Amino acid sequence: MDISRRDLFKIGGKILVLASAGATLEQITGAAPPSEAYRMAGHWWGMIVDIDLCIGCGNCVRACSKENNVPEGYFRTWVERYEIEEGKQPHVESPNGAIDGFAPLTRTDLKSFYVPKLCNQCADSPCVQVCPVGATFVSPDGVVLVDESYCLGCRYCVQACPYGCRYLHPEKQTVDKCTLCYHRITKGLTTACCENCPTGARLLVDFKNPKDPAHEILRTSMVQVLKPYMATGAKVYYKNLDGEVR
Amino acid sequence: MLVAALAVFLVIRSAIIPRAFGQYGHYRPGALDLVRQHPIAFAGQDTCVLCHDDEAKSRAAGKHAHVACEACHGPLAQHADDPVAHVPKLPDVATLCRRCHEQDAAKPKNFPQVATAEHSGGMACNNCHQPHNPHL
Amino acid sequence: MIPGVDGFIYPNEAELQWSILIVLYPYITGLVAGAFILASLERVFQVDAVRPTYRLALLTALAFLLVAPLPLQLHLGHPERSFEMYLTPHRSSAMAMFGFVYLWYLTVVLLVEIWLEYRAEIVALARSATGPKRWIYRALTLGSYNVSPEARRIDDKVGYAVTVIGIPSAFLLHGYVGFIFGSVKANPWWSTPLMPVVFLFSAMVSGIAAVMVLYVVSMKVRRTAIDMRCLDTIARYLFYTFVIDFSLEMLDLVHRTYESDESFRSLDFMVHTRLWVSQVILQICLGTLLPLALLAANQLWRFSEARRKVMYMIAGGMTLIGIFAMRWNVVIGGQLFSKSFLGYTSYKLQMGAREGLLSASVLMLLPFVILLILVKLLPPWREGEAHKA
Repeated sequence: MDISRRDLFKIGGKILVLASAGATLEQITGAAPPSEAYRMAGHWWGMIVDIDLCIGCGNCVRACSKENNVPEGYFRTWVERYEIEEGKQPHVESPNGAIDGFAPLTRTDLKSFYVPKLCNQCADSPCVQVCPVGATFVSPDGVVLVDESYCLGCRYCVQACPYGCRYLHPEKQTVDKCTLCYHRITKGLTTACCENCPTGARLLVDFKNPKDPAHEILRTSMVQVLKPYMATGAKVYYKNLDGEVR
Repeated sequence: MLVAALAVFLVIRSAIIPRAFGQYGHYRPGALDLVRQHPIAFAGQDTCVLCHDDEAKSRAAGKHAHVACEACHGPLAQHADDPVAHVPKLPDVATLCRRCHEQDAAKPKNFPQVATAEHSGGMACNNCHQPHNPHL
Repeated sequence: MIPGVDGFIYPNEAELQWSILIVLYPYITGLVAGAFILASLERVFQVDAVRPTYRLALLTALAFLLVAPLPLQLHLGHPERSFEMYLTPHRSSAMAMFGFVYLWYLTVVLLVEIWLEYRAEIVALARSATGPKRWIYRALTLGSYNVSPEARRIDDKVGYAVTVIGIPSAFLLHGYVGFIFGSVKANPWWSTPLMPVVFLFSAMVSGIAAVMVLYVVSMKVRRTAIDMRCLDTIARYLFYTFVIDFSLEMLDLVHRTYESDESFRSLDFMVHTRLWVSQVILQICLGTLLPLALLAANQLWRFSEARRKVMYMIAGGMTLIGIFAMRWNVVIGGQLFSKSFLGYTSYKLQMGAREGLLSASVLMLLPFVILLILVKLLPPWREGEAHKA
């Protein structure tokens, strides 16, 4: 089945044109330009999570799942429970992502706490860096999103994320992840997880808003991001996070 | 021949490349709207209190002041859009209250928590505690 | 408790994203690059002894290159969108260059070189063949029937230039795959500047071994005597390349163990448990140390022709298994441990699924079927006019 150069280009051209017909239809029926009421340039989104307030109820996981139709067994957000005994490796669990909360812990002789996790909306995102076609990107207002009509499903971004927050949607066969409820925050609402957190452990912040409580919190509290040595420009800050947390 | 092939490629490319690709960055700007079009499931408590004034007042006076309505009642944007067509089902009290208030060593020490089996002996929580303002 | 999961993993890590098909892809492009380098040994570096395998090496490279995109296409969630890599390649992504490098290598390097090499025979067969084959040969001439000595001299010069361009192109074709893994800072099993180099040298090892084995098998099938000078030379180059490859892998291991960073404990445990068979037994012992010993023995002592053939065949076969195991250990191994360093998951290889064992086996057999057709169409054994060295 030796193909000469000429044949190759002929065949290649035909495939290209045929495939493009389908793609063109898809793109032409695409969206209108962004609405004027919400100015992307005026916002820079992130989140602040306070470990001292999280009770591990799992409300955030359930809310996110309902708001975003997250497929079962996959997680845009989840909660981990750390049990740290001195001199030993930490014991961590996240039963089904904590979608049904946790079984109560009775041991009081060790350090234990809950850690909610989500996409860190990295400003220097390694997942965006590796996408071969530009199907995932950082929006002008700082949210890392996936273009599900453009994603090939190669999963390079899933490999590149240090935090494990991406997955392949089993039905759509494209990559999915926390969108910081972009469809809500651009309409003046807060994220589903923050709305439903009963203790205020999760707080949506807009760094470009001079009145946002984030500025005061960052100025007065000890905060960390996850895996700071990865230098991903993570925009989810954790208050009162223990050094053992990965 | 190589030049001809390149020219053909460039022509085809300009025809099928997504509109305005690269406007904000290396992506299709239509993607932003695609994400924004996603339907909303949780109305947000600001919407709930527009109608449910009494419950809001009662809640504001107690310890659940900062707990959103839908945190217990579930996603109710559909109900907010059409209250008659979508009547929300009240949550199961036992499961609901225990999720937050069951005693757990990993929870912050100052958070109100009880070993519910001993605390109420199997009685429903709302036998004594009014959910919107639970203080006795 | 999720079956197959030990310890703690991030909830989305239970399922492996890159399957056996992604193990196959670097294996196949490695064979392409390696076979081409062996061919270039003769064409550019004037190692006359390996001339009998020149054409076979080129055809082997082509057969495998034609199959190379297939595991990728089968793996994609949306293969119908793969042309997007040509439309909007993301310059910061190593993967984006695949379409261009592949097309470049297939057309400008491999097809041109094969065409130039076989032109004399193609023209002769276009005139002498009968039936449908005649039309194939006529098409392959691309309209050029000039096989005068002057034309052949030009063919030779151009062919030489193409091979010279082809060597860095082959390095790029396989090296970028190594970079795809080596540049992922999130994964400590993959992230190392050595990765592209290790990939490249193991590719050369597998390619040379593949051509060596195919040569011996072809000669046996044709009941023709094996050119032992050729075979001994190939084995010698295989040995040299393998020594470099093994040194690089050992360097990675020693460096990793010495620095013993945060990931080491978790990775070490993984190698001793989940990767024990594939890494220690298959890749290192049977796939590297055994072939190295057999090849080294032939550098130190003189064995009989029959013995040498057996040793080379075992070495070659074990090498091919070992390099496959190496790809497996990199790709699958990199996904078995959690990035929390507190747990592991397992790879569930299914039989009939889209990315299952059956698909992988078919894809692995396909290049040999294609090679058979190519060998029938463009026999590597009749050297009508040997090109100038």
